[in-house]
Amino acid sequence: MTYQTQVAIIGAGPAGLSAALEVAKQGGKVMVFDENDRAGGQLFKQIHKFFGSGHHGAGVRGIRLGQQLLEQCIQSGVEICLSTVVFGIFPGNELGIVKDGRSHTVKADKILIAAGAGEKPLAFPGWDLPGVMGAGAAQTMVNINRVRPGNRILTIGSGNVGLVVSYQLLQAGASVAGIVEGLPKINGYAVHANKLMRQGVPVYLSHTVIEARGDGQVEEAVIAEVGPGFVPIEGTEQTLSVDTICLAVGLTPSVELPRMAELAMVHLPKMGGYIPLHDSHMRSSNPDIYVAGDVAGIEEASTAMEEGKLAGVSMAEALGLVSAQRARELAGEIEERIGELRIGSHGDARRMAKEEIVRGYEAWLAKQK
Amino acid sequence: MRVEKHPVLGDLPEAKLVTITVDGRRIQAREGEVIAAALSAAGIRAFRKTPIHHKPRGLFCAIGRCTDCAMTVDGVPNVRTCVTRVREGMEIETQDGLGKWGEGK
Repeated sequence: MTYQTQVAIIGAGPAGLSAALEVAKQGGKVMVFDENDRAGGQLFKQIHKFFGSGHHGAGVRGIRLGQQLLEQCIQSGVEICLSTVVFGIFPGNELGIVKDGRSHTVKADKILIAAGAGEKPLAFPGWDLPGVMGAGAAQTMVNINRVRPGNRILTIGSGNVGLVVSYQLLQAGASVAGIVEGLPKINGYAVHANKLMRQGVPVYLSHTVIEARGDGQVEEAVIAEVGPGFVPIEGTEQTLSVDTICLAVGLTPSVELPRMAELAMVHLPKMGGYIPLHDSHMRSSNPDIYVAGDVAGIEEASTAMEEGKLAGVSMAEALGLVSAQRARELAGEIEERIGELRIGSHGDARRMAKEEIVRGYEAWLAKQK
Repeated sequence: MRVEKHPVLGDLPEAKLVTITVDGRRIQAREGEVIAAALSAAGIRAFRKTPIHHKPRGLFCAIGRCTDCAMTVDGVPNVRTCVTRVREGMEIETQDGLGKWGEGK
């Protein structure tokens, strides 16, 4: 059958739900689609307290923020279609969806792609052995499934994902043999790193993983110091007895649907790979398609929620649900909060990368005229 | 391997147990959990064998994106076990390559 809606949102994670709520608040009809059987995206495995200030939900655990957002969406009349795969996006603002083994069509005035991101792999001899996995996978296992993926862990990458997941594996009763970082310094926040170091977890700076070894599964990891150009230094190899290697080497935006919709893209390694160009209010090169959250450049959940709201306001304005002046006011408030999330050494880099995406969009637009 | 006690999430809630079969071996699973969780709790880490070299592969992303955890479930190959929930009497087989329809049932 064919469903009709004003706004169709792909992805019921922090960005998608935040956008849905914003449109619903303005009286718009919203349908949200997610292939998972539970809403919330990756928020429900974030059991740590978030940073930022009060209006970013700082001090509140991600899992609670997810519950609040979901409750607000349901109260506001947002229709959330779970266990529903969006397999295609077609001309004329049509989505192809599959639910319970049957395909249907969704026609929408505006579409938001908030499909999120996937973990990047890292190839080295033995990386395909069972026991080598994404750090996010280990996090899902302990915090959602309540099963340890292994008992003795080595984490590759000291960004916030590597640090937070390592700590959460400790909380789940695993031991962490170490954190390996190619750079000469810890890449994530000191507050996360310090919690691990207080527990005696060694951090191997200027090191890399050389090999995973084992008979049918990981039994040990070989690491070595790296010199200039991240080249391993011969003679510095050491073998650690571990059963699990968690890869925390970054995320890459899930851009299958943006590609299918032929959105103009830009390659920005800092933001995780190919990103759909978008204007400062999240509209892509197709005026009826918007993007928000990790699919619009890898950041974190707080920013994803704000970007979702921005896309929501932007779509509500385009649909005539809210006046241009009110939309400007709302967007201004959101942009101020996003600005607060993009400060500091990491935040500055993200802010500059986002500005590059918007500049790329403007250059693309100028060429169309 | 189950996380029985947790400083933030509290004690693991009671759950009804169901019995599933993995390559002919009967194991207990918690009702409603994903297959990959039940297998990991039982110490099973190799879920499939690769099509050409027949090397073991296991859980990699745990959110249904990478398909490394695909197994044959009730005769249907390529089921993503990290996002598919267990049911009483489910028959699960290690998948070799792309798998064959009808195995495991």
